[in-house]
Amino acid sequence: MALSQDRGPDVGGPLRRRSWSPLASMPRTRRTRVVRGIQYAVFVVLLVAVVLTVDWPTIREGYFNLDKARPLFPEVLTTALKNTLIYTAMGFAFGLVLGLVLALMRLSQVAPYRWLANIYIEFFRGIPLLLWLFFLGYGVPTATGRQLPFSPYSAIVLGLGMPAAAYLAETIRAGIQAVPKGQLEAARSLGMSQPRAMVSIVIPQAFRIIIPPLTNELIVLTKDSSLVAILGVTVGTKELTKFGRDELNTLVNATPLVVAGLCYLLITIPLSLLVRRLEARNARAR
Amino acid sequence: MTLDTNHDSAIVVSDLHKYFGDLEVLKGIDFHVNRGEVVCVIGPSGSGKSTLLRCINQLETATAGQVRISGVDVTDPDVDIDGVRRRIGMVFQQFNLFPHLSVLRNLTIAQRRVLGRGRAEAERVARETLSKVGLDDKVDAYPAQLSGGQQQRVAIARALAMGPDLMLFDEPTSALDPELVGDVLAVMRDLARDGMTMMVVTHEMAFARDVADRVVFMDGGVVVEEGTPDEVLGAPEHPRTRDFLFRVLNPTRAHAQPDERAADED
Repeated sequence: MALSQDRGPDVGGPLRRRSWSPLASMPRTRRTRVVRGIQYAVFVVLLVAVVLTVDWPTIREGYFNLDKARPLFPEVLTTALKNTLIYTAMGFAFGLVLGLVLALMRLSQVAPYRWLANIYIEFFRGIPLLLWLFFLGYGVPTATGRQLPFSPYSAIVLGLGMPAAAYLAETIRAGIQAVPKGQLEAARSLGMSQPRAMVSIVIPQAFRIIIPPLTNELIVLTKDSSLVAILGVTVGTKELTKFGRDELNTLVNATPLVVAGLCYLLITIPLSLLVRRLEARNARAR
Repeated sequence: MTLDTNHDSAIVVSDLHKYFGDLEVLKGIDFHVNRGEVVCVIGPSGSGKSTLLRCINQLETATAGQVRISGVDVTDPDVDIDGVRRRIGMVFQQFNLFPHLSVLRNLTIAQRRVLGRGRAEAERVARETLSKVGLDDKVDAYPAQLSGGQQQRVAIARALAMGPDLMLFDEPTSALDPELVGDVLAVMRDLARDGMTMMVVTHEMAFARDVADRVVFMDGGVVVEEGTPDEVLGAPEHPRTRDFLFRVLNPTRAHAQPDERAADED
């Protein structure tokens, strides 16, 4: 008797008989099949409900209206998508360089460098991006009576890049620390100085390790670039979200927002695919 | 950095102490390797032999005592340590090849970045060195595509491509499958025959017996016994040496009583 109790509810006779559920009395394979059948049934019921209740003509007219979509082209691609790409790339490049510096500061032997990097990282991880953009776009000009030089690009690059640097610094630091200690020892044993060993041996390996999280940061930044819409950019500097919102007002139709959304996916989905390929290549090289 | 390559002593270690926290790993080591000599350091794990080797090229900083390489005091904090390391090849138990670089680039990167050799010359030296270790067909492979024995031979070639005066080996075959040990030892044997100065921390007693000019037995952070292979391995004087050798050479009988061992040795 002691033995059968130890075997647990799957085989234990007394436990099975005490259960209220009819499923519990079935053999395990049959139970699995019934449970899965129920899940499919729920799915089909929900699908039918959606199809029957949704007002399809309104959806097509309001969100997927080809007549309203046509005039968006080619500007949505040549201006809005292009600007989203440029802002993201500039912010990411800035964030990557500053993030690397911050990561090295966090790993520094000099304590004040570590403190400074920590303060920076905690600050920018803590404040909302929108607030930071307002500060650069409106706060600084109000306080100083002057725009930042190279407006609006400076505000865009600093606005997106400085917070991104905080996140990237932590990712890069983790990558550097993930490179085995023996790599640095081998490089130093060959006569490389500490900085040379970091540049030639450790940092390249660190970046290979962090390609997946790095790409996630890039995807997040692509979407965050929509927030620069509040910087009051001009016609030529509109990015996807600002473009979509302005066209929404002009056309009194939500189709531009759908088009803008699809354009974001046009960026992010290929990025995801690229990461998978890079990961596969790294797996071979390791 | 100019090292006096005519100096008779490649390595002179005097009264070396090393602590890890409160743990004293090296308790006053006196040790030397002459130019052209092959010295094997043996001993149980935790005896401090790898730490001693790592103090030679300052991967570990000694707590007290002195290490002189070709007459240069490398324990002096003001020494150009990168300059000294350029002349010392180091081979690790775990190979430590650079996984993101091809075999060729593993061999050329330090030549180019440290010695300032041009690309063509660095690649020529790399190919020559690779053919010395029997891997000239692997120039374009990546480390992960090689067996452990091949990786360790590339690691030896990487050190040799720098033209070192002295080679340090830290248990170079301990991470290898048994059938791959022979290839690596053959390369090391060739190197010794060509007159390379070598300090080898190893558990390969047969290699020590055949190749070493001198064998040093360490235990508990001190040098217990040293001499020719015949003396240390053939007729060990110290009971600790005898016990260690018995355990290494008769691993299945490590707990045999001393009188049974005597019978074995007959």
